[in-house]
Amino acid sequence: MERIDARGKTCPLPVIETKKVLDTMKEGSVTVLVDNAIAVQNLCKMAEQKKMQYSSEKQSEDCYTVTITISEDSQTTANQSETVSCILDNREQKTVVVLSSDCMGNGDDVLGRILMKGFVYALTEQEHLPETILLYNGGAKLSVEGAETVADLKLMEAQGVEILTCGTCLNHYGLSEKLAVGSVTNMYRIAEILANAGKVIRP
Amino acid sequence: MKQEEIVFCKGGGCTAKLGAGVLERVLSCLPKPDVKDENLLIGYESSDDAAVYRISDEIAIVQTLDFFPPMVEDPYTFGQIAAANALSDIYAMGGEVRTALNIVCFPEKMDLQILGEIMQGGNEKVLEAGGVLVGGHSIADTDVKYGLSVMGTIHPQHIFSNDGVQADDVLLLTKPLGVGLVCTAARIGEASKEAYDLAIRSMTTLNKYASEILRKYQIHGCTDVTGFGLLGHLKEMLAKGYSAELDSICIPHIPESLAYADAFYLTAAAQRNRNHVEDLVEFQGVPFAMEELLFDPQTSGGLLASLPKEEAQQALQEIQALGLPCGIIGRVLKKEKQSILVR
Repeated sequence: MERIDARGKTCPLPVIETKKVLDTMKEGSVTVLVDNAIAVQNLCKMAEQKKMQYSSEKQSEDCYTVTITISEDSQTTANQSETVSCILDNREQKTVVVLSSDCMGNGDDVLGRILMKGFVYALTEQEHLPETILLYNGGAKLSVEGAETVADLKLMEAQGVEILTCGTCLNHYGLSEKLAVGSVTNMYRIAEILANAGKVIRP
Repeated sequence: MKQEEIVFCKGGGCTAKLGAGVLERVLSCLPKPDVKDENLLIGYESSDDAAVYRISDEIAIVQTLDFFPPMVEDPYTFGQIAAANALSDIYAMGGEVRTALNIVCFPEKMDLQILGEIMQGGNEKVLEAGGVLVGGHSIADTDVKYGLSVMGTIHPQHIFSNDGVQADDVLLLTKPLGVGLVCTAARIGEASKEAYDLAIRSMTTLNKYASEILRKYQIHGCTDVTGFGLLGHLKEMLAKGYSAELDSICIPHIPESLAYADAFYLTAAAQRNRNHVEDLVEFQGVPFAMEELLFDPQTSGGLLASLPKEEAQQALQEIQALGLPCGIIGRVLKKEKQSILVR
C-alpha cells in the first residue's frame, strides 16, 4: 500500500502527486494525507472520474485521509476493453471522421462554426476515438494556426489519432504555411483511407 | 534571478478569494444602519461589484477595491493583471474610472525592483483606463499582494445593476473562461505557450472597451466574472428569482483549459465554487472538464451581461472585434425548479 503525505501542500499538488503514483500502479491502494476538506473533495472527484473506488476519513481538524483503490475488477475491465479494441482494430471497423467544412450543418454559417467547434471538442470526450480525422475543403481551416479547434485536434493526435489535412485545400485557401496540427495529405491517401474505412462519420 | 520570482508566485489571483459561502455567513452577522441613506444606490445587499453613492442628480460615485497575491511569475504582468481586475468592478457597473490608490503588501527582504515593476504595470493600466494614481498604502508582509482601491463616476440613471435580469434575456460573456486552469497548469509547468499567452492577454485586457460597447444597448444585468467562477456570478445575477439555461458548446474558453481540467489541475477555489452553487446547477450530459471550466475562478475575467435577444447579436459582433473569444452563452428564464441548467 502506497502512502502520500500531502499535508501543507495546496491544490492541485495533492491530486497531481496522487495521480502520478496511481499511474504507475496496476492494483492496490494509495492512502493520501491532506490537511483540508477541499483537498479531500478534489481527490475524490479525481477517483470518481477515473472510476476507482475511494473512501475518506477525518482524523483530526488538520488531517484527513483519502484511500483510493485500483481493484482487480477495474483491471479486468481494462483487459476486456483491450480485447474488444483488438477486435475493433480490423479494417471493417476502422472509424474515420471527415470534416469537409468548417461549419456543421446548413442554415447559418455563424451557428455552423460554433457547432463544429463543439463537435470537435465532443469527439475528444468520446470513449473511443476515431483512428483518422480527414480535413478537406473548408475543413482545412480547422487545423491551421488560429483555429479554435487546434487544441482539441492536438489532444486527439497525442492519443494516437491520425490528423490529415488535404494539401490541395491548404494551397487553395493560402494556408499551406499555417498547418498547426497533424500532417498534410493528398487525394490518393484520402481515397485509400475512405475506401478502407469501416465507418465514416461526417458531421 | 528567476529563483526570486518563483518564490513570488504561490497560486494567487482570484483563486485566493475566500469562499462565497463563508463570506455570506460573516456579512449577514454585521449590524445594518437604522436609517437607510437614500443616496446609497447600491450597497452590499445585492452582491454587487461596487458601491454606488449619489452626489447629485447627474453624478454618483462608484467605489471599489480589489487585491490579491501573484498568479504569474512576471511582476510587471502581475501589476497589470491586478490593476485590470480592480478597475473591472467600475466597468461592471458601467462607470468611468477617475482615481486609484495602490494597495501593497511586500516582504521587507525582497528586491524593491520587483515592487517597482508591479507598480509600473498597475500604473500603466490606470492610465489606460483614463484615471490617475493618486497615492496608496504599503505594508510589510510575508507575501506579495497588490491591487487598487478605485473611485469612478457614473450617471445615477445609467447604472448596470447586478441582478436586474429579465425573462427571455440572453447572456453575453466578453472574455474566455479557463484562465484559472491555465495559471494552475503553468504553476506546475504544464501550460502550453499558446494557452498561457491567451490567458495573459485576456487578464491584462481592460473591461473598459467591452463596457463602453455594452452601454449602447439595453443592459438589464451585468457583472464581471471573477473568483466565484461563471456559475457563482451567474447565481448572483439570478437572485431576484430567475433561472438560466447555458449552452456548453457556446461557452468561450481558452481551448487548452479543458484538457487541463481533464488532467486534474484543479484548484481548491474551484471546488469551493462547486460546493457553493452545485445545488442550484443541473448538468445534462456535460463532460467533467466543462463542469470544471464553469466553476473555474477567473482573475480579471470578462463581463457577463444580460440583454434583450434582439440586441444581442449586434452587441456580440462589436465585442468580437475586440479580439478575445466571447459569445452568447445562454438565456434567462422565469424561475423553474433549478436555477441554472447546463446542457
